[in-house]
Amino acid sequence: MLTAVYVMLFLALLLGVLLGYSALKFKVDGDPLVARIDAILPQTQCGQCGFPGCKPYATAIAAGEADINQCPPGGDAGARALADLMGVEYKPLNAEHGLPKPKSVALIYENTCIGCTLCIQACPVDAILGAAKHMHTIIASECTGCELCLAPCPVDCITMEPIAESPDNWKWRYPVFDIKSVGQVGNLQAGTRH
Amino acid sequence: MVQNYILLFIGAALVNNIVLVKILGLCPFMGVSKKLEASVAMAMATAFVLTIGSGTSYFISEYLLGTDLFYLRTVSFIVVIAGVVQFTEMWMEKNSPVLYQVLGIYLPLITTNCAVLGIPLLNVQHKHNLFESLIFGFGGAVGFSIVLILFASMRERLEAADVPAVFQGAAIAMVTGGLMSLAFMGFAGLVR
Amino acid sequence: MSSLLNIVKQSFGLGAVAVSGGVHPPEHKHESTTQAVGQLPLPQQLTLPLRQHVGNLPKVLVKLGDYVLKGQLLAEAEGNISAAIHAPSSGTITSIEDALIPHPSGLPDRCITIALDGKDEWIAHAPIDWRKLETEQDKSKLLEGLRSSGIVGLGGAAFPTQVKLRTNAKSSVDTLVLNAAECEPYITCDDMLMRERADQILKGLEIAQHLLGAKQCLIGIEDNKPEAAEAMRHACANSPLSKLVPLKVVVVPTQYPSGDARQLIRLLTGIEVPADKRSTDVGLQCFNVATVLALHRYFDFGEPSISRIVTITGNVQKPANYEVLFGTSVADLVQAGGGALADTDGYIMGGPMMGFNLPSVSVPITKASNCVIASAPNLFPSAPPAMPCIRCARCADVCPVSLQPQELYWFAKSSNLEKARDYNLFDCIECGCCTYACPSNIPLVQYYRFAKSEIIAQDRAKEAANLARERNEFRLMRIDREKQERAEKHAQKAAGAKAEAAKTEATSATEAPEDEAMAAKKAAIAAAIERAKAQKAAAAPQNVVDAIPSVQAEIAEIDARREAAKQSVTDAIATNDAQEEK
Repeated sequence: MLTAVYVMLFLALLLGVLLGYSALKFKVDGDPLVARIDAILPQTQCGQCGFPGCKPYATAIAAGEADINQCPPGGDAGARALADLMGVEYKPLNAEHGLPKPKSVALIYENTCIGCTLCIQACPVDAILGAAKHMHTIIASECTGCELCLAPCPVDCITMEPIAESPDNWKWRYPVFDIKSVGQVGNLQAGTRH
Repeated sequence: MVQNYILLFIGAALVNNIVLVKILGLCPFMGVSKKLEASVAMAMATAFVLTIGSGTSYFISEYLLGTDLFYLRTVSFIVVIAGVVQFTEMWMEKNSPVLYQVLGIYLPLITTNCAVLGIPLLNVQHKHNLFESLIFGFGGAVGFSIVLILFASMRERLEAADVPAVFQGAAIAMVTGGLMSLAFMGFAGLVR
Repeated sequence: MSSLLNIVKQSFGLGAVAVSGGVHPPEHKHESTTQAVGQLPLPQQLTLPLRQHVGNLPKVLVKLGDYVLKGQLLAEAEGNISAAIHAPSSGTITSIEDALIPHPSGLPDRCITIALDGKDEWIAHAPIDWRKLETEQDKSKLLEGLRSSGIVGLGGAAFPTQVKLRTNAKSSVDTLVLNAAECEPYITCDDMLMRERADQILKGLEIAQHLLGAKQCLIGIEDNKPEAAEAMRHACANSPLSKLVPLKVVVVPTQYPSGDARQLIRLLTGIEVPADKRSTDVGLQCFNVATVLALHRYFDFGEPSISRIVTITGNVQKPANYEVLFGTSVADLVQAGGGALADTDGYIMGGPMMGFNLPSVSVPITKASNCVIASAPNLFPSAPPAMPCIRCARCADVCPVSLQPQELYWFAKSSNLEKARDYNLFDCIECGCCTYACPSNIPLVQYYRFAKSEIIAQDRAKEAANLARERNEFRLMRIDREKQERAEKHAQKAAGAKAEAAKTEATSATEAPEDEAMAAKKAAIAAAIERAKAQKAAAAPQNVVDAIPSVQAEIAEIDARREAAKQSVTDAIATNDAQEEK
């Protein structure tokens, strides 16, 4: 009986030492998971998920504090990719956080702009060019369409313009086949049985 | 002499394949085989655990437990396997965090893999010596890997195929697994 | 089976190198080769899209109402890979706005429209000496000129030619291949070009060989063009190029797509260019016959690229080839072909394998347009409904790039884009052989095009996301930095004021309490001076240069007063110090 206890104790100690040594040798710093989640997010930095940017949202997902279906700009594909990565079931987007919209770019109506710089301070990617009492303009190629500049503007001079399709960004469509009715199915009259 | 070892290896890998013939270790077989890279990683991890497990289990059952403490066999095997799996996990997290993330929960589940416990127990049952245990363990691992990788490749194709809605997902995977099992029955009688 | 036999034969050095895979659709070339290349009458207007080539859009130089001469530069090339646009005839610019272009999307794009005045007046132009090639500067000057010649690949790819004529230490060209294969059915523009202007083509080939320093030239022609081959052979015999380097006309068996650059190179030289490398990396370069002819016109006559030969065929009265100015409406071309027959239901630009349906007949002919086919239900019946894939692998047999079309189909169908990319989707040349061969009538190429454009869009979005992430991180870092700097400044100022107060306290520590008031006053004055200095540093530079003399005088007065005040304060401090010392 005692030998059994000694044997198990010995095994436990041996494994404990081995695992303790490996734990020290294979210590992992940092959490690469956050970076991997962040790589999937669309970097719009819009805050619709409820967090002030994509990195905080990624951190929250990694910590299990946020769900994967809170990002409208990422769309359905984004939610699926996050579900794949986190190994959880896919969930459709949570309408509470907004619905996916066509990609847009902000546009400042220059006649109305008063040069107050409030929008410049609001833009999360510094896509607005301007200075105090100088004209402000959106750098269209850097704008992510997050709409954070619309609210601070005191004269409401910013609008969102959807990006139009041009031969430059046109995509081939998924082949779809028309299902045509070949003809009538028999000549049965309603209620008649033959 | 060498011929015996080769036959033992082929027997463990193909004829008595642990997944398709002995129907052990179905959990990772069904769970990890959706992606090919994950399956390769899982196969290598399980192969490592199986081989090391077989070897250490031999030492434990032969020298530590002897014939009186036979009732401690299962417990001590599990403890050793758990330790080796933990070690594998730590190594993987450090050296390939991508694969570690990809495998997710299935890496620690190798501990509960009935194949990983089954092979050492079979070794004891067949009274293999150390070398035979290692070969049996490694052969079983190779067989497991082959089947896992084959099955993963097939499942990737099934993802894209026009499977009827009722069969999609696990159902068609089970049907495929069953057909593979039938195919592997063809190896019966290969090694007398 | 035949491909396996071929491989065995080739490995023993027997048998000709054949196109791997490929199909042999009915050629339909005789319809449009019965008459010589015609000349279209000058149209009323020309609409020139800016996007006629691969690469950056050119920068428009003209404006509305400008009168331009034939051959005048309308838009200059911008960036490394770009081509210029020239006026194909003289007239007035009537619009620079979006118009319908020949593009499968049917979307409009920016075009320059010229209303022709009928005079067809050339701008002053002169030949360029291309033989002088001693220094690097000579070469770069010639290529600069070529960049503004508007010459792009006229085989359909429309790649700016000056980029293909660059050679550097890394990529030298041993063999120059001339692509005269014209493998696609219905298209005969290169055939007629060779029959009529073979010697001009050879002159252009001379120029290309000289610029590239190629050690041999091979001309690849399909065997369904015997007259053209004969004409080219004759021209080669008479060309001075044949005395410089080995120059050979090689007739290749007719098989679609032998005209694909890599396929032709393999047929002529047996060299298979690796998928991840360009042909220049293995010492080869390939040009279309029409492109080298354009080189000849540019260098030996100074004429920029303003026209090309286009085939009009299919369901028209008189299929033929015409020399068409760029920007001519397809409707004019159809008219020249005798008009479309009654049952025409659409127009295809390009060939039946790789062409696309035109959104309307009033689109312009561009540099990439080699053929217009009027389609009718009897010539091009609508595709029967697609049936499920039976995995017969006929598509894999005919694929010239040795891809696995059936796998690509499954991946594209289930939108598994990563796997599609892994199976070399981007090596697909969209030749259409797989679709032609499929017994289930699956439009395979449509699936690949869908997958490719999805992947490209996804990659672009990913790049944009990475940039946005960087910008966001930089912004957060900048805000942090500014906060820190402000905090530091505050700390410094507080420390500085404390030090000043400590200093004055130290000097007046032994003084009587009456002098404390003095010390405080001094500190206040010192602080005021600091503030004034800081304000002056932060203030905008004085803008007195343009002020009128009276204002200038006033400002000068104020300046003098300020200086005097400053001086008096300094004097006050000095006297204070002196008093204390006493």
